[in-house]
Amino acid sequence: MNTMTPAVSGLPTAQGGQVRQPDADYFNALQTEVNDKGFLVTSTEDLFQWARTGSLWWMTFGLACCAVEMIHVNMPRYDMERFGVAPRASPRQSDVMIVAGTLCNKMAPALRKVYDQMSEPKYVISMGSCANGGGYYHYSYSVVRGCDRIVPVDIYVPGCPPTAEALLYGVMQLQRKIRRAGTIER
Amino acid sequence: MAVLHSAPRYAPFEGALETLSAALGAMLLSAKEEHGEIVLTVKRESIEDALRLLRDSHDYQQLMEMAGVDYPDRPERFEVVYMLLSLTRNHRVMVKVSTDEATPVPTVTTLWPNAGWLEREVFDMFGVLFAGNTDLRRILTDYGFEGHPFRKDFPLTGYQELRYSEEDKRVVYEPVKLTQDMRQFDFMSPWEGADYILPGDEKAVAAPPPPAPAAVPTPKTTDSPKDTGAGAKADAKAAEKTDAVAPAKVEKKAAAKKPAAKKPAAKKPAAKKSAAKKKESGE
Repeated sequence: MNTMTPAVSGLPTAQGGQVRQPDADYFNALQTEVNDKGFLVTSTEDLFQWARTGSLWWMTFGLACCAVEMIHVNMPRYDMERFGVAPRASPRQSDVMIVAGTLCNKMAPALRKVYDQMSEPKYVISMGSCANGGGYYHYSYSVVRGCDRIVPVDIYVPGCPPTAEALLYGVMQLQRKIRRAGTIER
Repeated sequence: MAVLHSAPRYAPFEGALETLSAALGAMLLSAKEEHGEIVLTVKRESIEDALRLLRDSHDYQQLMEMAGVDYPDRPERFEVVYMLLSLTRNHRVMVKVSTDEATPVPTVTTLWPNAGWLEREVFDMFGVLFAGNTDLRRILTDYGFEGHPFRKDFPLTGYQELRYSEEDKRVVYEPVKLTQDMRQFDFMSPWEGADYILPGDEKAVAAPPPPAPAAVPTPKTTDSPKDTGAGAKADAKAAEKTDAVAPAKVEKKAAAKKPAAKKPAAKKPAAKKSAAKKKESGE
């Protein structure tokens, strides 16, 4: 039995301003099952995916002005923690690295080192034009033309800098990607 | 002189140029005031003495910034600019020396400790040497960087780029390989006095203007529609048609006669029908 699949997935996308009540039947069924049996049954895969999407702790890698938008998305207005996405200062504790800003040649080996220190499974969000492909500094002598030359990137967020909403959307896309990938191994 | 920039204002210092020029004496090469800023060019070997004099006797206590400039056309291609601030007078001066790739400039780390990093920066970007700086390393560019990027002859994209190598499990350096070269879109607009030829403009210069037509002895307009200008016969015919009324008035008359004006419109559907018939038969 798969009780972790959200029941609302089949519904059309909510309109702007629409308040959608949670699916009462689904939650009642869930509660009844817990009350009657005292446990829930699901596949480990679903459980792991649920856990992964719900606690994407990110490595702060603010390199330039994009970092300011990365800060915005953590502040109360956008409040990324409601998705379980929290900033971490150590790569050992992080699941996702947000490369926010211009990646210079001098910084590139350090970025790779931090990425290597992160524990599996690990994801990378490339934020902004400079991290995506060099951006404004594409022809510079000192800038890496895209951080995907150094680390494998999962989500590219365009913009210069991207808005906080854009980054939040990127994080949600990453959650979706994790759900879609559906494997424990990566 | 009018101040043309938005830099922070500082207190007027009447006679600063003359006072400082007199104080520097033989060390000075030239002195000028531009955009409300005093620029003193001094001899390279006496830069330390000149700056010490400005610091100790003229209250320019702080070295705010050092800059390098590259003038490839000059025999001594580099200029090093020292920007001094007097906190007590609220006044600034710039002191310049010139040098080339091989000739070192005396260090001023003896006067200001922060000159160490500033000199390192100028050395890194321009390759200017500073005699007496004990720690003249690169400061900003990558470890093992070659060349001095702010020199005018340094290519914009440099010589090396890097990527992560899966085989070596480390970041490796490779020669720069661009899929598309940098394109220059910095055109000057024509109304700013650009002196290049826009595409198509070369024709205007190359082709001589067509010869002017011979002067017409009589004007090409006539007072009456009867004067057709095509000979007596044509004039007579025109006179019959127009009844010697001006063309504008003729048109008005025609408009007044409604049935006459409608005639051509009434004809049209018939013509269309016949055309349609033809099409049908054709098919």
